[in-house]
Amino acid sequence: MNRKKFEETKPEAEEGNTLAESIAMDQHDSTHGHPALQHHFENMEQQREAGTIGIWVFLVTEIMFFGGMFFAYTLYRSQYPMEFASASNHLDLTMGTINTAVLILSSFTMALGVYSAQVGKQRNLVISLALTIFLGLVFLGIKAVEYHEKYVDHLIPGRLFPGNPFDPSGIHPLPGANPQKMEMFYWIYFAMTGMHAIHMIIGVGLLSVIMYFAARGRYGPEYHSPVEVSGLYWHFVDIIWIFLFPLLYLLGRHFQH
Amino acid sequence: MSEHIVSLKVYVIIAAALMIGTSLTVVAGKMDFPGPLNVIIALTIACVKATLVVLYFMHVRYSSKLVWLIFASAVFWLAILFSLTFADYWTRSWLVP
Repeated sequence: MNRKKFEETKPEAEEGNTLAESIAMDQHDSTHGHPALQHHFENMEQQREAGTIGIWVFLVTEIMFFGGMFFAYTLYRSQYPMEFASASNHLDLTMGTINTAVLILSSFTMALGVYSAQVGKQRNLVISLALTIFLGLVFLGIKAVEYHEKYVDHLIPGRLFPGNPFDPSGIHPLPGANPQKMEMFYWIYFAMTGMHAIHMIIGVGLLSVIMYFAARGRYGPEYHSPVEVSGLYWHFVDIIWIFLFPLLYLLGRHFQH
Repeated sequence: MSEHIVSLKVYVIIAAALMIGTSLTVVAGKMDFPGPLNVIIALTIACVKATLVVLYFMHVRYSSKLVWLIFASAVFWLAILFSLTFADYWTRSWLVP
């Protein structure tokens, strides 16, 4: 029923107009003059569609960017399967699982935010965005605790911290695993989860700006592209984690009996 | 085409399915399946979860053909990245020095 309301308030003349007619209508028809409509778009619908396509093209480049790292993971895991399994078993599965649930929940609250904007419930929009930001911060907090554990266990690859070089002696090696090769797993683990965490930090910043404008009543049923577009980015970051979680945390658990 | 508003019910169902998928992947990860079945099961669950997010949370199911095409192009180029690079690494051992 909210959908109906949205349809009714939509500007009628959208299709079958020449550019000249639209320009003329811009000057006479007040329904075309939404304050958020940029002058180079014909109407709100076209502007929204262009924004959606824009973010999707960006997400394609992001998929390719993470794809390179997923390839590196696949290659080294196929070369050092038991080393990867041993090193992976040292990760904290409980924290990883909790983080997966937290991120899925944050995607859900983000979706609720977009929905609230679409049906014009401004208060719910702000609450949803606040919850999404909060859950994002919880994720980052748990990640920080995990990183610290790895630091304490001398599992930061290379010699990044003076006097604390990588030392695999704390990892229980599975049969056939060479401890010397376990460092590669931690390079890939930190590269992928680190890059994912940077995306989360950017996402939290982005959503904070969106929440600020949402609280000032900028978004409603006719104009909410920024909410939608940030949501698409947030869901994308969630998808990356959906793949990272089983690949990094669960790859060697079945050897543990 | 105008915007499609996904109902709250759909969002709740998808979120619940994603949570179930997460539990499944943890349980399956601890079980010992023969051969490469463990990684196949893990990736299948991950792909199903990702598809649910793309179709419903990201509204691709209700989006224009152009958005479908853009997303499909990402999958296509990713397949090229993996297949061509692996074609190199897999065949290196064929060369006997």
